[in-house]
Amino acid sequence: MAIGTLLIANRGEIAVRINRAARELGIGVVQAHSQADSESLAVRLADRAVEIGPPQAAKSYLNIDAILAAAKACGADAVHPGYGFLAENADFADAVEAAGLVFIGPKGDTIRRLGDKVAARRLAAEAGVPTVPGSEGRVDDLDAARTVVEQIGFPVMIKAAAGGGGRGIRVLTDHEELDRLVPQAAAEALSAFGDGGLYIEKLIGEARHVEVQVLGDGDRVVHCYERECSLQRRRQKVWEEAPAATVPNDVREALCGSAVALAQHVGYRGAGTLEYLYEDASRAFYFIEMNTRIQVEHPVTELVTGIDLVREMILVAGGEPLRLRQEDIHIHGHAIECRINAEDPSNGFAPCPGIVDGLTVPGGPGVRFDTLLYPGYEIPPFYDSLLGKLIVWDESRARALRRMTRALIELEVSGVKTTKPLHLALAADAAVQTASFHTKFLEQWLEAGNASLLQEEGGGS
Amino acid sequence: MSKQILSPLPGTFYRRPAPDKPPYKDEGDKVSQGDVVGLVEVMKTFHEVKADFGGKVVKFLVDNEGAIMAGQPIVEIDE
Repeated sequence: MAIGTLLIANRGEIAVRINRAARELGIGVVQAHSQADSESLAVRLADRAVEIGPPQAAKSYLNIDAILAAAKACGADAVHPGYGFLAENADFADAVEAAGLVFIGPKGDTIRRLGDKVAARRLAAEAGVPTVPGSEGRVDDLDAARTVVEQIGFPVMIKAAAGGGGRGIRVLTDHEELDRLVPQAAAEALSAFGDGGLYIEKLIGEARHVEVQVLGDGDRVVHCYERECSLQRRRQKVWEEAPAATVPNDVREALCGSAVALAQHVGYRGAGTLEYLYEDASRAFYFIEMNTRIQVEHPVTELVTGIDLVREMILVAGGEPLRLRQEDIHIHGHAIECRINAEDPSNGFAPCPGIVDGLTVPGGPGVRFDTLLYPGYEIPPFYDSLLGKLIVWDESRARALRRMTRALIELEVSGVKTTKPLHLALAADAAVQTASFHTKFLEQWLEAGNASLLQEEGGGS
Repeated sequence: MSKQILSPLPGTFYRRPAPDKPPYKDEGDKVSQGDVVGLVEVMKTFHEVKADFGGKVVKFLVDNEGAIMAGQPIVEIDE
């Protein structure tokens, strides 16, 4: 069914991004918003806005009944969940379809199967995709955990089988920690997710985070190559690139082929991302999990492939077969994204909500700034700190780094502190310039005293 | 004489350290300087609100999980 009116059940920069894709397709846009977001850019750019509840996400952007009522009230025939909030909530996807609306994403059942880490690992094995050595299934008690660790050895990571977003993960290095932390993790998982099941896997040292973008129509799947997202703080990505500079071409083909195999195996529909750990020395890659939604860092893939991923996911959800053939998708040049957060990097990344009293957006060739900001906007304290994503493209990684530095210097956000100084320092760092990093690099870099580089000149950023 | 503890930050106010834990303080409880009286969630990070003077809790002025502004009174304390 062709979509006429789309309800955006999200906020911030991704709501603006979805709005733009929808309008370019001639689709009407209704923006669902909390009381705190009535002056947001996404609301201003929408054809219509519907308030769905108080500022707290639990009472608005996570309120399924309020969102469905809004969709009905404004005659929407589709719902885009964005990322975060309800984007990977299988019950929400089912409820949207049960209400006779199109959910812009995979089927609820696909979300459910891939959202359970144990089930996802089993699906990967069925599709011939390598995974990190670990428990074959759920681990429900300490004895079972001990048995797994005897087979794979320390160090290991434990995660909630039903968890997500990098939260609640613990690293265990010896038996004392195992005995102490496994019962604690199980109790926490039970209280947070209603399921005390754990999952154990071998900790791969100094690996990169590499992920593969896929698009499917429920029948056929293509990949749009990989992104490298190793620069993370507290398991949250801060800097992303496409392609992954150190992955050799033959490995790239095998990696991306494995992502297609798994997505094809589950009959994937929509945009999705398969996350892997990658070791430079062994050239080995291990599947970790699949995110069944559009991701924050999707623009770097868009800039190197020329594909509008949000447009494609809307078209596929509307019932069109996938237009892209694998042989038509190529990587051209290099793209980098820096997440501009309302955080003060010189003060422990303290959050900085407040009023943006000045904004200069960088321009020129190969520069894109996906943002929720406008001059005079008051950043609410209720949601995450992402203000925008500065994305650059150039013909090579070295040139893209120089372009990023130039664009960061042009970017000015006054009134609040941002992570701009962090990105300027990273772009100038010798290890970053040679892509010599891994998932622990940024935290070690900050601990090594580089945070002193992050003092900014003047009051703004 | 009663005094108020103000929220240092804007965000969401919580009276408990976790949903399954008891509140930090109830009305009628004794408060010492430095005691935690609540949490404020700002952009997904949590900050403890501590009493800068002692006394007895008269009344909470913000509901649990209520939205608050910086400088808004959270709790009234009888010195």
